Amino acid sequence: MGLDIRLPIGLMFCVLGPILLISGIANGESLSTQTGAAMLAFGAFMLTFGVRGQLRAGRTGDG
Amino acid sequence: MMQELHVQLTSVDWAVVAVYFAFVLGIGFVLRRYMKSSEDFLESGRSLPSWITGLAFLSANLGALEVMGMAGNGYKYGMLTAHYYWVGAIPAMIFVAIFMMPFYYGSRARSVPEYLKLRFDEKTRGLNALSFAVLTVLMSGINMFAMAVVFKVMLGWDFEVSVVISAAVVLGYTYLGGLTSSIYNEVLQFFLIVFGFAPLAIVSVAKAGGWSGIEARLAEIGPGLLQAQTPSLSAADAAAQVSGFTHIWSSVGSAHSNPMGIEVIGLVMGLGFVLSFGYWCTDFLVVQRALAAKDMASAQRTPLIAAVPKMLFPFLVIIPGVAAAALALPMPVEDGVTRYDFTLPLLLKEFYPAGMLGLGLSALLASFMSGMAGNVTAFNTVWTYDIYQAYFNKGASDQQLLRMGKQATFWGVVASIGAAYLVRNFSSLMDYMQLLFGFFNAPIFATFLLGMFWKRATPNGAFYGLASGISAGVIHHVIKTMGVITYASDAAAAFYGAIVSWSTCFFVTIAVSRFTMPRDDNELRGLVYSLTERPRSGVAWYARPSTFAIVVAIIALGLNIYFF
Repeated sequence: MGLDIRLPIGLMFCVLGPILLISGIANGESLSTQTGAAMLAFGAFMLTFGVRGQLRAGRTGDG
Repeated sequence: MMQELHVQLTSVDWAVVAVYFAFVLGIGFVLRRYMKSSEDFLESGRSLPSWITGLAFLSANLGALEVMGMAGNGYKYGMLTAHYYWVGAIPAMIFVAIFMMPFYYGSRARSVPEYLKLRFDEKTRGLNALSFAVLTVLMSGINMFAMAVVFKVMLGWDFEVSVVISAAVVLGYTYLGGLTSSIYNEVLQFFLIVFGFAPLAIVSVAKAGGWSGIEARLAEIGPGLLQAQTPSLSAADAAAQVSGFTHIWSSVGSAHSNPMGIEVIGLVMGLGFVLSFGYWCTDFLVVQRALAAKDMASAQRTPLIAAVPKMLFPFLVIIPGVAAAALALPMPVEDGVTRYDFTLPLLLKEFYPAGMLGLGLSALLASFMSGMAGNVTAFNTVWTYDIYQAYFNKGASDQQLLRMGKQATFWGVVASIGAAYLVRNFSSLMDYMQLLFGFFNAPIFATFLLGMFWKRATPNGAFYGLASGISAGVIHHVIKTMGVITYASDAAAAFYGAIVSWSTCFFVTIAVSRFTMPRDDNELRGLVYSLTERPRSGVAWYARPSTFAIVVAIIALGLNIYFF
């Protein structure tokens, strides 16, 4: 359907993760820091696979 | 109104909520240019991979009642609530994947009611389509109402503000991007729900001293909690029931030996068979997600992929409720009634710092919205194909269907707003809705079971069986309300009501079918098990849906044994 869903998911988590990470570090809240880091890692993971998927779809003309 | 739940959001919390809204709407905006035909808009072009449809299959079911209700039940009944997952969902999800999906997907039916039309006739489709359309819009309204209540209690928002915002966002992305947008957002919302609630589960269990700490605390304070819920409960009975908090099977030998008031037969037959199969195997809200898959194998894998996170969801929503009970967190009380359904918001307020609170609220919003959008997209499809095209414009062109699909989306959301106001003014309507769903969902599974696996089932048999099953459910409820028959709990009454309803439909369908004309075998090919060729799968054994189903069943069995 043109849009690889992993891209918006990855992007959203790459935006939300740092917000929580920075807020956690600034306020000394380990829960926010750890959750933010986990979300950032997940976002990066999804984004990587989303970009790869989109490039592959572009090459095969599926996109 | 429950001031103890009021929270003050910081700018970080608002930023998290704003980012969530931006992405949800952005997905609809990007997808709008791909909506060129009714198939694109209402069926997602049957183009999606199974991991997407699988997560959407689960997420569409994660409405307000699911997430908030299950956490509340975790506090009230403990791990017994996990029966709604490990008995009340997983077996049915395996069954629909392996045995029913080949007929749904293979028949090219665009909806569940349309399968009924192909297998039986127009009147059975009409009955199913009309009841489904009405109930779906009402359920969407209930989600909207529940969300508005949560945000009024937690943020002090006006009811109108919550309803308008949620309706506008859901309308925005479903109108722009149709079913694909709804499904894509359900996947995004699924991950947000997991990341929003998983830290809460970890923190609440840790605060209660881990699982062993929870068991020890509940052994000590559990009887007191149970007596607070049911003042008439004796100390001895309360002590006997307390194992239900942490074990799921050892206390269901009798309805009086567990806090839910359920026993094995009602549990297995009522919940595990009739209600569960009635929902997961026939409700178009979830089946629609599988029908959007790109091929038959993906459609079959859809419920199986959904089953994996589904069986882990008790750890996300029930166990925090159990931990809250172990910590003896005082539940909010409104008009003298303890509001267990506010367990999750209470835990969010108790354990989440700034930022995380925004994430938790976004996760709550995501669960409400995925439930609402799921209902709206199922409604617009049934309305367009099974009511508009079937009764008002048989020769409708594809562009007319696309236009009607979009209009149905708009009016579905408007009707949901109306339903939310109805529920607000008639609070008992919410209970009646659950009841109504039971009346319709329980017998319909008998209709499908006979329709798919017994070629002799006739159109008249199906229609009169279904009508009798619905009537039997209503009569059972009336008799129960009059006090002629009594049950240990409302849950037990619902389970046995479903059994009565299903059995009536099953036997009346068989009886009427015996005396009426079946359809010709040639018309039923691809619709009935015995008349459908099953091509040999060229897929390796480990990649087959049946292998996946066995793995899912083993994990579910393991969970049942661990928490026995």
